Parts: sequence; C-alpha cells; structure tokens
Amino acid sequence: MIPLLRRIFKTGIVTESVPEIPAAETQRLHGEILTILGRALTIRQVDAGSCNGCELEIHALNNPYYNLEGRGIKFVASPRHADMLLVTGPVTKNMENALKIVYDCTPDPKLVVAVGDCGCGCGEVGALFGPNYATCGAVENVIPVDVRIPGCPPTPLVLMQGILQAITPR
Amino acid sequence: MRFHAEPIEFTPQPGVGAPVWHGRAVDGEDLLRYAISVHRHQGRLSALWGSDERERAGGFRLHCVFALTEGWQWLRLDLPAENPTCPDLSGIFPAANRMQRATFDLLDIRHDGPDQRPWLRHGGWPADWFPLRHDAGDHADFTNAPTDYDFVKVGGEGAHEIPVGPIHAGIIEPGHFRFSVVGERVLRLEQRLGYQHKGVEHRLASTDFLTGAKLIGRISGDSTCAYAWAYAAAVEAACGATPSPRALMLRAVMLERERVANHLGDLGALGNDAAFAFGLTQFMRLKEDWLRLNADLFGHRFMMDRIVPGGVSHDLAPEALARMVEQCELFAREVSELRAIYDNHAGLQDRFLTTGIINTDLAHELSLTGMAARATGMILDGRVYRQDYTPPPPYAALGVRPVTDERGDVAARVAVRFDEIFESLRLLRAMAVGMPAGEILTTITPVAGGAGLGVIEGWRGEVLVGLEFDAVGKLARVHPHDPSWQCWPALEHAVMNDIVPDFPLINKSFNLSYSGADL
Repeated sequence: MIPLLRRIFKTGIVTESVPEIPAAETQRLHGEILTILGRALTIRQVDAGSCNGCELEIHALNNPYYNLEGRGIKFVASPRHADMLLVTGPVTKNMENALKIVYDCTPDPKLVVAVGDCGCGCGEVGALFGPNYATCGAVENVIPVDVRIPGCPPTPLVLMQGILQAITPR
Repeated sequence: MRFHAEPIEFTPQPGVGAPVWHGRAVDGEDLLRYAISVHRHQGRLSALWGSDERERAGGFRLHCVFALTEGWQWLRLDLPAENPTCPDLSGIFPAANRMQRATFDLLDIRHDGPDQRPWLRHGGWPADWFPLRHDAGDHADFTNAPTDYDFVKVGGEGAHEIPVGPIHAGIIEPGHFRFSVVGERVLRLEQRLGYQHKGVEHRLASTDFLTGAKLIGRISGDSTCAYAWAYAAAVEAACGATPSPRALMLRAVMLERERVANHLGDLGALGNDAAFAFGLTQFMRLKEDWLRLNADLFGHRFMMDRIVPGGVSHDLAPEALARMVEQCELFAREVSELRAIYDNHAGLQDRFLTTGIINTDLAHELSLTGMAARATGMILDGRVYRQDYTPPPPYAALGVRPVTDERGDVAARVAVRFDEIFESLRLLRAMAVGMPAGEILTTITPVAGGAGLGVIEGWRGEVLVGLEFDAVGKLARVHPHDPSWQCWPALEHAVMNDIVPDFPLINKSFNLSYSGADL
C-alpha cells in the first residue's frame, strides 16, 4: 500500500500541465465545457468500422492529461444513457444496421459527431475508404451528423474541441 | 530446398527480410500431405487466402503460408476456373476454418470442410456475388439484408445464452460474442466476427504500391508500424530492393515504440478490468508521454505512414535519439516501480492468476503466435534466434532476449507484457547508440509479376503481408494477415470454465484486433 500511495503522491495532478499544448488552451476548453453544460454530457462511442486508431485517441481523452471525465463528460455503456453519439467509420455494411438501431435507441434531443477522416468521408484517407460493396462510407450516409472531427486519427485535443463545438449553441 | 523430405521443392525468397521460401503443390493431395508433415513437425499454419488468376493463369489459386522453425513457406495450389475447390485443412489446422470460409465468401473457392457457414458475408452483398473475382466490379449499391448466424446451441438443464455485441459496452471495436452459460459459468463461447469488414483487399487490387501503403497502414491502427513494415518487406522482396541499414534500424525503432505503447495501454486496461483504477491512470499517463514523444520524433502519435516501401520517410537527428534514450531510462524506472505494485497487490493477483488458461499443446494446435503463444511457454518470436532460425536485420545484430512465461493465464500475459517492455526499452537504447549512418530511402521500381511475402513480429504477434504485382506493375493481389486470426479461437478456449465476469479481463489480456482480421 505504501509504494502505491507514494506513487500517487509523486505523480500529483498532471491534468493541467499539458506539455506541448498551451496550458491556457486546455483550461479554456474545460471552462467552456463547464459553462455550456452546467452539469454533464454523456457520450456513447460507436465504432462502426474504424481501424481502431480513432478509438486509441478517444481512449486518451480519459487519461489524466485530458481528464475528460473529471470535467463532467462521461462515456456510457448504453445509447439509452447518452446525449451524444461519437461515431467512427467508415460504416461497414455489416455495422449499418447496428448503427441505425443505436441511433434510434438514443433519446432525443441527441447529437451525432462523426470522427476521423473515414467517418467524415474527407481527405485522402476518407477517399481511400469511400463506399464500396462492404461499406457505406461516411457516417452521414447512414445517420444524420451534426459535427465532424476529421483527422487520421484526430488528436485528443482536436477531439475535445470538436465535442465542444457540438455542444456550443449556434 | 526441401523440408522434412517432402517432395515439394522450395526456392528461397531473395532480400534481407524474414526467411521465406516459395513453392507449389501439384494438387490437393500434395498440399494435404505437406500440411500433415508441417503439423507433425510442430509447425503452424500462418495464413491462407485465395486469388483470381483466370486472366494470368487460367484459374484460381490457393495460397497457404506454413511456418516451420526455419522460416515461412508460401505454398501455392492452382485450382480450375470452374468450381474451384480446395481440400479442407481445418482437420489438420483448426485455424484454417475461418480463413477457408472467408476465402469462399470473397472468391467462391469452395472447401470440403464440415463448417460451411459464411464468415465475412453477413448479407451486405448477394450470396452469388464474390468481391475478389476480377469480373465482379464494384457495387456499392447492394441491398443490405442482414442474415442470422447458425450458432452452436448448448442444451441441458439451466443452460442459457448471453448474446453480446456487435456493439460492446466500452470504447472498443465491434464483434459478436455468444456465451452459453450455466449460472455464471461459461460452458462455451462462440464468436461471430466480420463486422469490421471494409473490403480492404478489394480496395488494394489494381492500386499502385504507394497508395497500397496508405491502406495497409490503416488495417489495424494499433499495429500500423508492423503492417507498414511487413508490406514494405513484401514489396521490396517482390522488386528486388534492399533498404539501407539505417532505414531498417529506424523501422525497428518505430516497431519497438509501437510495442511499448500498446503494452503500456494494455497493462493499464488490465488493471482497470480488475477494478484497479490506479493502474489505468498511471499507465495511461505513461502512454500519453510516450505518444507525445512519438509526435515530436516522427510527426505522428502512432507513426502512421512513416515506414514506406524502400525505407522510412522520417530521419532522426542525434538530439532526437538522445531524447529517446533519456525517455527509455525514465520509463524503465517508472514501469519497474509499477510492476512491483502490480505484483504485490493481492486483489489484482487474485483476478489474474489461473484465469483464462491456455496451455502449450492447445497453442500448438491452434497455430497460436505472438505474445499469447509466448505466455504459454513457447519461444516463438520472429526477432529472436532459435536453433535453425536467424532473425532478419536489424534484429540479427541486436540479440533480442526471448520473453516467455509457462503459466498461460492472464497473469502470464501480464508478465510477458512487462518483460517485453523492459526488453524493448533496452533495444531502443541499443539502437539509438548503434544507429548506422546512411540514406533512409531507396527508390523502388515495381517488377511486373513480382511476388513477395513480408513477416514482422508486431506487438500482438506475427503480421504477414503476401502480395503479387500484375503485368503493368500495379498490385494484383495483396493479403494482409493479422495474428488475431489465430488468436481469436484461443480466446474461445480460454474462457471455458471461467465465469462471465472474468471475460472482459481475459479478453483484454489478449487484446485482439477485429479490424485486422475482418479486413
């Protein structure tokens, strides 16, 4: 137990000391998230056909540097608990049906965010993974999309900005 | 060259890559005989795929890659244009089951095995249309008609089924798991995969090899370096090109950095699945530091598109190498401190020990590779010297120490990950110090009709890419092969006799790729 506590003590809180991203930017994002949401946003992540690269970066959102959950944004296990669907693609034919079901199961009002060049159908990679016999291409070809976060894969900071953009009133 | 006195004559593949031999079976009987001989000598089935050769050779072709101690044998079997049927290998190598079914779904190459259920085709395209046939064309407009799957039913008093997926509860790729249970105890797990099938092999056909490299780097995001290297090695073997020693060393730097990043993430997640959130936080912090240095050194957190046919696209300055060495020293200290905490935590060890066991015999039977195989005590690592086997450069000169653990349970897979991190940190320091000077990229000219097989020991296991160029120097057929093909069935065995709540932990201890095997 003592080494464990010592490790925790030695690590301290790393959340705000983001090295190469200006600390002020992370602070501002967190502040805005709190102002806009007041309480909490719940996200259901759906991998509808990605290479797992986007998922690695979405995972990173919960590491102590970005600490998304600490700021009231939480990933949930069921679409029925979610305000937002965070969908990666390209949407495969084999996942098309499941994605539609998830969309229908998410209570209104809901937001859909397409993640990655494949999910957004943009850029060189989006074009390489366009519609073919096995895929429907971009997420918007299957369910309505509110916000797009391109990148291959988008970095955690870009993901955070995109999620924020989705919940900023227009 | 002949193996084990079998009549098939093999020719060695030129180049500096992993030791590969090319050969031809005259008929199905010949192939079966060779497969039995490989099995008898403790060999493995590494990959199996088909190709449409009607334009070039008047029929279809079945490709099998077998692995013996000495290296890999790429065996081809020509099949007729009408009703191509190949012998069933799943009776010898159970790993062939899903590969044969996928080959049928993509090419209508039949097999006479007992399991005739579709694998990749879930109803997204018609049953009489086969995407990898040259005359198939591309149809993005098929009606999607999802089909049911004929799961094996488990009967008896109190037995019931728990269906899970394709969408799972976490941030994870899709796949379906069907548990047959009595109470909490798992009697049987059956997987239905293919949900990530994106038609990658179809996309790769008729593209140039540089576009192919982009696609290959996105087959499994967590293994992008392993795939890129295996592909580059295959292209280089097919075109008779040799990358410079510096390029090879830089590739190994990336591959080892990829291994460490994934092991760090998995160790954290394994702690988390045993309700030890401290482990997740600490390892995710380390992983983030590691990925940030990747971004600084290579301009990409996962080093995508940095390994290219002919060499690498990014060079490292001496200062960058110095930063890397510094980070390795820091990580060696931090990870060993965390290891002591993991090892001494009674609650954690209680969940890890004796959970999800597979033994060496089963690992042999399933042609298991990589980290999961090493956690059953097998010394099976493409980077490591064995009797009769010399690893390809730069590993030949590095003297990689093999990591194994005989227990075969979750604890063993945790221990292998820890030890492999330490070994990779040692290798990274050795490579930074011994980095040869020279060019990083050599020009590649496609050779019409050239064929090559690249094999790389990725963090999960053996990643293979087999490819052939067509008459105009475009890619005729590329088959990327993930070790998860062989490891998924092992997971089905590992959960038997454990309880349902142990499944997430056991699953994470393998951390297999869906996208890599679904293609």
